[in-house]
Amino acid sequence: MKSRFSPDFDIIIVGGGHAGCEAAAVAARMGARVALVSFQRDTIGAMSCNPAIGGLGKGHLVREVDAFDGIIARAADDAAIHYRMLNASKGAAVQGPRIQADRRLFKASVQRQLAATPNLTILQGEAAALLFTSETSQKIAGLRLADDGEISAAAVILATGTFLGGKLFRGEERLEGGRIGENSALRLADQIRGAGLPMARLKTGTPPRLDGRTIDWAALPEQPSDGGCWTMSAMTKRRAVPEVFCAMTRTNHHTHDIIRSGLDRSPLFGGDIQGQGPRYCPSIEDKIFRFGDRDGHQIFLEPEALDSHYVYPNGISTSLPTDIQIALVQSMPGLAQCEIIVSGYAVEYDYIDPRALDHSLAVCGFDGLYCAGQINGTTGYEEAAAQGLIAGMGAACRLLDRPMPALDRSNSYIAVMIDDLVLQGVTEPYRMLTARAEYRLRLRADNAATRLTPLAIEVGAAGEDRKSAFFGQMTQRDALISALTDHATADDLARAGLPVKADAGRMPLIDWLRFPVVTVKALLTVSRETIAFSESIMAEVEQDGRYAPYIQRQEAEIRDIAANERIGLPSNFDYGAIAGLSNEMVERLSLARPDTLAAAARVRGVTPAALAAILVHAKRASTHASQAA
Amino acid sequence: MSAADTIFALSSGAPPAAIAIIRISGPSAFAAVQLLAGRIPAARRPSLAKLYDPIDHALLDEALLLLFPAPNSATGEDLAELHLHGGRAVVRAVERALAAIPRLRPAQAGEFTRRAFLNGRMDLNEAEGLSDLLLAETEHQRRAAANMIGGGFSRAIGGWREELLHISALTEAELDLSDEDDVADQNTNVICDACNRLAEEIHQLLQQPQAEKLRDGLRIVLGGPPNSGKSTLLNALAAREAAIVSDIAGTTRDVIEVPISIEGIPLILTDTAGIRNECGDPVEAMGIARARGAFAGADMILWLGPQGEGPNHPAVIEVDTKSDLAADRIKSGDALWVSGKTGAGLAAMVAEILHRARGMLPPADGFAVNARQRGWLTEAAGALRLASAADDWLIIAEQLRLARLALDALTGRAHTEDLLDTLFGTFCVGK
Ligand SMILES: Cc1cc2nc3c(=O)[nH]c(=O)nc-3n(C[C@H](O)[C@H](O)[C@H](O)COP(=O)(O)OP(=O)(O)OC[C@H]3O[C@@H](n4cnc5c(N)ncnc54)[C@H](O)[C@@H]3O)c2cc1C
Repeated sequence: MKSRFSPDFDIIIVGGGHAGCEAAAVAARMGARVALVSFQRDTIGAMSCNPAIGGLGKGHLVREVDAFDGIIARAADDAAIHYRMLNASKGAAVQGPRIQADRRLFKASVQRQLAATPNLTILQGEAAALLFTSETSQKIAGLRLADDGEISAAAVILATGTFLGGKLFRGEERLEGGRIGENSALRLADQIRGAGLPMARLKTGTPPRLDGRTIDWAALPEQPSDGGCWTMSAMTKRRAVPEVFCAMTRTNHHTHDIIRSGLDRSPLFGGDIQGQGPRYCPSIEDKIFRFGDRDGHQIFLEPEALDSHYVYPNGISTSLPTDIQIALVQSMPGLAQCEIIVSGYAVEYDYIDPRALDHSLAVCGFDGLYCAGQINGTTGYEEAAAQGLIAGMGAACRLLDRPMPALDRSNSYIAVMIDDLVLQGVTEPYRMLTARAEYRLRLRADNAATRLTPLAIEVGAAGEDRKSAFFGQMTQRDALISALTDHATADDLARAGLPVKADAGRMPLIDWLRFPVVTVKALLTVSRETIAFSESIMAEVEQDGRYAPYIQRQEAEIRDIAANERIGLPSNFDYGAIAGLSNEMVERLSLARPDTLAAAARVRGVTPAALAAILVHAKRASTHASQAA
Repeated sequence: MSAADTIFALSSGAPPAAIAIIRISGPSAFAAVQLLAGRIPAARRPSLAKLYDPIDHALLDEALLLLFPAPNSATGEDLAELHLHGGRAVVRAVERALAAIPRLRPAQAGEFTRRAFLNGRMDLNEAEGLSDLLLAETEHQRRAAANMIGGGFSRAIGGWREELLHISALTEAELDLSDEDDVADQNTNVICDACNRLAEEIHQLLQQPQAEKLRDGLRIVLGGPPNSGKSTLLNALAAREAAIVSDIAGTTRDVIEVPISIEGIPLILTDTAGIRNECGDPVEAMGIARARGAFAGADMILWLGPQGEGPNHPAVIEVDTKSDLAADRIKSGDALWVSGKTGAGLAAMVAEILHRARGMLPPADGFAVNARQRGWLTEAAGALRLASAADDWLIIAEQLRLARLALDALTGRAHTEDLLDTLFGTFCVGK
């Protein structure tokens, strides 16, 4: 029976969070007919927690999604009211652009961008059940909504965030929901649990929101926006929204005593929450409990929007009872009179063990089912957006019969994250960190377009504006690099005011960039080049040159691994049959289903001895297979 | 050769000896025991049984049987041990009987080790330690190899790896968590000192002699003009240790090599016999160019020629063999005086050789490092030195990553998660 909601689509996305929006947008850009189903039309693109985008590792993800012509970076620019380049004093590879967003402007930008995307239909409703082609089939046929309407499609991407079986905790209070004031996706959670997918629980939390009119701003040190002119998206011309400042305060011994007095009423310590929370984003009660000897913790007070008095106190995520929350907030400098508008809470939710997914985030064993975002055990908008991009591209590539872009650990943070998720699974909410990327020196936030936009163009994910902007940049980049092929001696450089060691002989200008004092700008005065290059291109080429010897060395490392990348392992490989693998290894390998020997080598705890045994058995299996054939 | 074959080999050193152990490994190992002993004894319990030839039913030996079912055996496969009374004839008869059983064949060199390795029963270091053990012909070698298998080497690396993870975590905190106020700024000096300390420790180990020496023996070259008494001395040395001379091998036209073992120390005596020269001058007669090759590979040189005219080498022992009476000595005081004929002075010379040899071999209670391991350790130490010299956090982190890769290549236990565990175990972070 078809209902009035039932046009046919190619791909249905469930959930209008950061993952869902990005998935819908990319699939539609590639030409698929897409439906985005979400509880409420007006919360599409909402930021559940911290109104900030980017940071270390996360800023890289944002730029990479942007390189695929995604929407998160442009939404961030449309909403940015405070900019900071983290690690500004360190090498570009670890610099992390971070902005604070006006929540409303952000959401509005996301909704505007989606509305402007052809082939994309937004449907308001609750996804209640996946539909399959038959009762026993694992092939997706569409989706049933809570009002019993059915929509048909060959692929469904689940991007339901913290809503699957979501449960909220605050002191003794318990609520159903994925976010305060919103529903929990219980029916869908029941069906998915019943479908035999490996599920477990994780938790996260959010701080109370403060009333900015009750904060004594004058008493607190300010943290101004950084005053530069960089933006999140390569497509944004200039910063357009007024910038504001944040302020800082600190917890103190009194605050810590208040928190300790409430620990027995905390659901975290009472054993009510089973899900593991993130180690790098602990609640304030966790911090006091684990590192109680510290004399205080810094708290940033971040305005949530230009025209609202909501303030986000970054650093006191908590699920303590409201009375304790009020007391602890008021114990800090500048907050003596402060009022809480919404108290903090913790949320516990179902996630799918991402080892059940392949590298395009398709659920193994199903045909047409994908998962993206927090449902896969990650945390953060950026991580969600990047997965949405992959799942959206994965579903669209499958439908349109195009190969997936060749993303791997040596060309993107996105691939590092996906590879970590599908091979290692998670034990706590997964967050991007630059330390996770072994080829970090190559993967900079400032060269994301150079690294990835060619792949985006090839797969059809980049729109016309993006393409022409990118080609313009590449022309500049090539011109700059060729200008830097001129040769020069140390004396030539000295004349241009660059004090370098004299014994290096005559080298191409670009090679001189290995000396930290040498800049592209100064080199251009040595060369006879007269073109004016953009700052961003000059900075990118400068960093390439600076770390060139290290990057070349990493290239050799990558080539070494390539041999193992070519040795395929069947997805139904019986690791239990290999004598000598520990039970732990058998379990990890069976869950991760590595598709190559190189991937098997990355599974945690797999030793070279084990790898040799796997190789031998794989060889034996394939000889048997070829003999049988 | 299929790995599905069942293999067997004498695993206890060459007979004759008090006990000879034959090991059988593979899917048919227990069936073979059944054929010889008429029954399969309980696993892991020594049990006495008479062994008969399955074909003519002749009694072979009364033996102690030990069975280890897969995967908990040294090779990860079904493994049987036959402890025989070690006579040469008995061992040969049992080997012949085993070889006649279908799907059984004698093992190739190192095949037990390789199977153990492939079945995940040992990591690379242990595998290399064990293969050295199998090759070990002397007590000294056996003890050092046992130490590596027991994990002495892996333990040392484990300690360094932990320290390296700690330094890396401090560095990563600076890169990944520097926006968190709870992570105090790290000081490059502290990191630099720690890197240097670690590099120094690894360097110390690298100063130790190499494992190959332990396995192959120290090369002692006898040098001097023709008729200076080299062969007499070599024969005297070899004869004195006659019981352990295992072979006279590798005879080329010019060089004779005699592996011997004295007090558990493996030595290869090399006589540069045949080095001659057509012109009359006896010193020129050394054929210096050709001799240089033999001397270059020497660990020690016994120089029988004129005093001070031996090759340029850090370990030259001047030996005086020309005189059979102490009173007739030609060479000066610190030369060793030996009579090849009477054996006088031989014991003192052997003592001197052993004294020097011990300084060149790894201590038997330590562990020896082979060429592969040296390579990775050198790489790790080098990366640590570069890390300590850098002032860019990114470069420090990159060099530390390379150092981790090198140590991980030794133990095969690599993962970024270990780094993150150390990172988050050390710092309270998060907003
Ligand atoms: C309380 C809380 C605290 C958090 N704290 C942090 C933090 O400290 N640090 C951090 O980095 N990140 C934090 N996050 C996480 C961050 O908000 C998420 O990681 C990110 O928003 C995940 O994006 P998503 O697209 O996967 O899901 P979400 O943004 O959660 O979006 C899910 C969407 O799916 C819709 N939906 C769900 N089920 C259905 C259904 N059955 N039918 C129709 N629509 C459905 C919802 O309405 C919603 O629009 C927190 C989130 C919450 C809720």
